[in-house]
Amino acid sequence: MGDVILTMKGIDKSFPGVHALDHVDLEVRRGEVHALMGENGAGKSTLMKVLTGIYKKDSGTITYEGREVEFQNTREAQDAGVVIVHQELNMVGDLTVAQNIFIGREPKKGIRIDDKKMIEDSKALFDELHIDINPREKMNELTVGKQQMCEIAKAISHHAKLIIFDEPSAALTEKEIADLFNIIRDLRKKNLGIVYISHRMDEIKVITDRVTVMRDGCYVGTLVTKDCTKEDIINMMVGRVIYEEPKTHSMVPKDAPVVLKVENLNAGRMVQDVSFELRKGEILGFSGLMGAGRTETARAIFGADPKQSGKISIMGKDGQLHEVTINSPQDAVKAGIGYLSEDRKRYGIVVEKSITENSTLASMEDFCNGPFINKVKEKKAAEKYIKELATKTPSADQLVVNLSGGNQQKVVIAKWLVRNSDILIFDEPTRGIDVGAKNEIYKLMNKLVSEGKSIIMISSEMTEILRMSDRIVIMCEGRKTGELMIEEATQERIMDKATRNID
Amino acid sequence: MTKKKSKLLGDQRFIVLLVIIALITVYVIFSKEFRKYSSILSMLDFSYYDILMAIGVTFPLITAGVDLSIGTGMVCYALIGGTLVRNYNCPVAVAMLVCILLGCGIGLLNGVLIGIMGLPPFLATLCTCMITRGIGSRCSATPWPTLKQPGGWFHSIFKLTFGSGRGAFKFPIGIILMIILVLVMEFVLNHTRFGRYTIAIGSNKEATILSGINVKFYHVMDYVICGLFAGLAAIAYAAVTPTVQPGTGAGLELDAIGGVFVGGVAATGGYGSIIGTFAGVFVIVLLKTGLPYIGLQANWQQIITGFVLIGAVLIDIIKRKRAVAKQ
Repeated sequence: MGDVILTMKGIDKSFPGVHALDHVDLEVRRGEVHALMGENGAGKSTLMKVLTGIYKKDSGTITYEGREVEFQNTREAQDAGVVIVHQELNMVGDLTVAQNIFIGREPKKGIRIDDKKMIEDSKALFDELHIDINPREKMNELTVGKQQMCEIAKAISHHAKLIIFDEPSAALTEKEIADLFNIIRDLRKKNLGIVYISHRMDEIKVITDRVTVMRDGCYVGTLVTKDCTKEDIINMMVGRVIYEEPKTHSMVPKDAPVVLKVENLNAGRMVQDVSFELRKGEILGFSGLMGAGRTETARAIFGADPKQSGKISIMGKDGQLHEVTINSPQDAVKAGIGYLSEDRKRYGIVVEKSITENSTLASMEDFCNGPFINKVKEKKAAEKYIKELATKTPSADQLVVNLSGGNQQKVVIAKWLVRNSDILIFDEPTRGIDVGAKNEIYKLMNKLVSEGKSIIMISSEMTEILRMSDRIVIMCEGRKTGELMIEEATQERIMDKATRNID
Repeated sequence: MTKKKSKLLGDQRFIVLLVIIALITVYVIFSKEFRKYSSILSMLDFSYYDILMAIGVTFPLITAGVDLSIGTGMVCYALIGGTLVRNYNCPVAVAMLVCILLGCGIGLLNGVLIGIMGLPPFLATLCTCMITRGIGSRCSATPWPTLKQPGGWFHSIFKLTFGSGRGAFKFPIGIILMIILVLVMEFVLNHTRFGRYTIAIGSNKEATILSGINVKFYHVMDYVICGLFAGLAAIAYAAVTPTVQPGTGAGLELDAIGGVFVGGVAATGGYGSIIGTFAGVFVIVLLKTGLPYIGLQANWQQIITGFVLIGAVLIDIIKRKRAVAKQ
């Protein structure tokens, strides 16, 4: 490890109602990989956004390369050599790799863009990083892993001295992660400072030199990675026991009736020949890496995306399974399915409308006399579920945009409860929801199944899968690669199946 | 929060009201002519078709769409109706019904193109704008198409006349009709499923689809309603113009659409009110018909209207940014 390249001291940042950063410290040296850890909402991303000028700090100092700085925007930060590699990739899919890397600073020959030089420079860059990518290829023809490599190459080409990786491995296969680590080791050798944000404990142990842990916007401490154990880090991160033990056995009777049966479902590349059953009162976990086709499967079942073939049967009032035709979400909702998207703001809620309007959106018929809405009845229903789900809001008239993530999720749940849907598909139920609210959502889900609802839960968080599921379906690259009862499920067995198709 | 919300949304309507009062004050002070009852009558006469078009187009605009075909459509329906009356001795009531049905028909076409086939609203209605202009010109077999018949009752659907000759008193019944329509459509927007879904589509179409709502149907219906009102506007247009001229009408939709935005419909859809639209379009009408009274030429009307519109949309954008900043 070399000398200190970055010191952030006493960084404080408040948003209305939230103290996002409470006097946080961070020190990064040249030639070190420094892990920044913490639960969702701990403030890691906010801290990095303050560093790169996306947010303005309220107080505190940032010292970079020996002088105090306050970058006004990412461009300034970039020019100084501070670059973020985002979790979501910022690439223009229809441009080539080289065009993406040099976007905004294309080499010129007269007034023409010098494509040849651009491609040569890209090649040189890739060679330097030992990356094997053709710069002429279109970005959207690359795998996510390779796109990420390009993102890194782009960062390097900005003469970066400090690179921030924001959950870089979330979407990668094991092999891609190994490649990524090789690149990171290279960069370390070149004496760059590296901040590595991740949730994956194993990676932290493998790749990082020091760990700074944050919790609820506060600085907890910094450890030298090789001197500490996984448990040390977890204890610092949670500071209290938040993880219940994984579920050890399912309470769902073995002969519980099947409420949903999916047979040989095909929908594009991401859903190939998927079959499974969902039993009454069960939480069926869907595990897999990002891009395994779980969301696509859910959307195909729900009629949100077209499917090529497959048979879907749902238990009718007579207790028998009947085949249903689902060509649109409308059909699915009629059949008693509710879908809670991973991207709530986009697919789940109408943000600029009230809780009431959102709660009754899927079941307006029940609140109408002819075409006219009975607003009193509507509000009563909304208020009933605010109470039942303990949604924190001053009133049912509150706009959903003003609620926290957890409470927004409750509004979506309310929507399907008002509709009285029996089968609920939760896609990443706790994404973007803080720790406390997470537990509440879990409790709610358990309550729902105890009341006879059935839940499909797609989750990328292993702890969530192991804690909530009665049974687990594992997918990989559009196929179902395994199914485990909770009693036999372990992290390793799930991971093994989740990477089965990957060579 | 409710207070804050109503205050926030009420803002623009309040500002528009102030603008209306300011404009009228200026006109009254600087123009003797404007102070005459007959001026007010003629101004109102020329406001009806704009108001009707604006009420209709509010619905597509709330869904974050647009309907450019209402201006030429209106003229087209009026031409066809007028031709029927002039050349085929069609009863005026039937011709009026034809106008409305034609409007609904073109609205349906727009709706299907946009809501079901997935054409961008701008493009789809630009096409129907051209189509209706062409059809209108083709259909006019008479040089003087009009719904008016000498001594017919059509004269008085927007203006009741008491007495006769020079001393006759005229009452603008049309404005009462407009206010009733505005209130009815405001109710439709806020208290019916159709209105609720219209707003939801504009606010978050994906989430609305995923809530199991037949978004396609309601999306189409928004354009049908818009067309219906273009049909009504055709009647109002025929009532104020001596004869309907083929090939005109392009650009008239812009007054209506502009009025809707002045009235506070969100530029990105998802929020709007018919009362706001009514006030907004009134500003446009005041600019259009009133500026000549204080000696400003028609060109000024367009220039000023343009700036007013920029101001109105800016208010909306700033409001939104503030709302986000409050997050």
